[in-house]
Amino acid sequence: MIELFGVPLPALLGQLTLGLVNGSFYAVLSLGLAVIFGMLHIINFSHGACYMMGALFTWMAMEYFGLGYWWSLLLVPLSVAIVGILIERLLLQRLYKLDYLYALLLTFGIALMLEGGFRAWLGVAGQPYSIPAELAGALDLGFMMLPKYRAWVIVASLTVCLLTWYMIERTRLGAYLRAATENPALTQAFGINVPVMVMLTYAFGVGLAGLAGVLAAPTTQVSPLMGSNLIIVVFAVVVIGGMGSILGSVLTGLGLGVVEGLTKVFYPEASAVVVFLIMAIVLWFRPAGLFGKAA
Amino acid sequence: MEATEYLRVSGLHAFYGESHVLHGMDFTVRRGECVSLLGRNGAGRTTTLRAIMGLTGKRTGSIMINGREAVQLPPHKIAQLGVGYCPEERGIYAGLSCEENLLLPPRVGSGGMSVDELYALFPNLHERRHSPGTRMSGGEQQMLAMARILRTGARLLLLDEISEGLAPVIVQRLAEIIRLLKTRGYTIVLVEQNFRFAAPLADRMFVVEHGQVIAEIAQHELHEKQAFLQETLGV
Repeated sequence: MIELFGVPLPALLGQLTLGLVNGSFYAVLSLGLAVIFGMLHIINFSHGACYMMGALFTWMAMEYFGLGYWWSLLLVPLSVAIVGILIERLLLQRLYKLDYLYALLLTFGIALMLEGGFRAWLGVAGQPYSIPAELAGALDLGFMMLPKYRAWVIVASLTVCLLTWYMIERTRLGAYLRAATENPALTQAFGINVPVMVMLTYAFGVGLAGLAGVLAAPTTQVSPLMGSNLIIVVFAVVVIGGMGSILGSVLTGLGLGVVEGLTKVFYPEASAVVVFLIMAIVLWFRPAGLFGKAA
Repeated sequence: MEATEYLRVSGLHAFYGESHVLHGMDFTVRRGECVSLLGRNGAGRTTTLRAIMGLTGKRTGSIMINGREAVQLPPHKIAQLGVGYCPEERGIYAGLSCEENLLLPPRVGSGGMSVDELYALFPNLHERRHSPGTRMSGGEQQMLAMARILRTGARLLLLDEISEGLAPVIVQRLAEIIRLLKTRGYTIVLVEQNFRFAAPLADRMFVVEHGQVIAEIAQHELHEKQAFLQETLGV
């Protein structure tokens, strides 16, 4: 059997793809955080809870309504986005004139309420969700077996990231968004309804978290706690990549997923801390993050 | 209200937080007229434009734009009445290219200038269309800030200190453009520190002090009011 640094190649490639899968989740989640931060200048602490809701809604759609994976892929991000609109209209928008800390505390409180609510309802036990039939099985690449669902998660996440980047950087709507981020008052004075854009941006950001939840449902145990387990790493990713940088959050998310996967192969004991170690090193040399601009 | 009135500001008070900046501004601008708000720094001229756009804090009084009361409207609704605003700091977006800046403001009326027409009017902008907004010179940024609101079909232009800090040749070019806009029937409010720029362009001038209009001077009265202007404005 071929070995690399004393590790069998299939094990190495297996961890590499797992790392890419995790990295894809990090990328989609930190992308949502970056989009929200760019426009609203708030750190959305309820992002993990929205990811959890995405996965739970997916499971519930199957359990209670018999709606399969593909329906969920379409409907769940929309429902999570609607929850986002309610949060923004009813609560968050009242805090824009106050210090950013208030919004941070509010979204943290919302996360605790959502998690507590779902835990009281469904318990903490993980619910299984099976991979859709179309994506079951594995592709034989010759040198390794690649589970189809892992390939799908990576491709789907990267596509979503790419489309988001294109929308923000290359379209008229994206120009409105960038303008409103830079100078909201003037942008509104040009006739653009900035408050509605802020609301839709928040909805889009948490909708991305919901989408990550749908993609994650078949790969993990769906439980009310799954968000808080993941979100800490995602925040580290955002800090390493630089707050508010779209491209930075995507590349950092993928990169750190891979680093984490490879650490599991070479030195498993460090795999849980490697991301935070990198965060400390990056902050030491570049306090604004790898892709962030110093204020 | 007379049919020819396009903007009527009456009893306008405006605040920034606790500080009371406008103390009952009163003036009218007729359709197709160019007026200038003159006054010392801090007299409240820039605040008047910002208050018309809804960009200050609390406002009371009345702002009639083309027959619609605007004092309670949010800024985007005010713009949609057909108002184009060119802020003192020019407000060119750093994250957008020159052309993206030009194309950004949505249409607020019919009959705006086409992009080709604007590039003919401001040839520099065509050359710099792919440059990031803030890599442009002060003059180019000012041209862009003007061009940007001419594309939208706005008929009322609020121009804040457009000649400030620019080379004489560019100031001259801006004066030509204002004259052209007057022939096309735009209604213009110029806030100007530069009396020599504003005086030949404005049909009427309002002298602002302590957030109020203290005098109105028509173009033909300029000569006889010279002494008064010298005293209040230091020109």
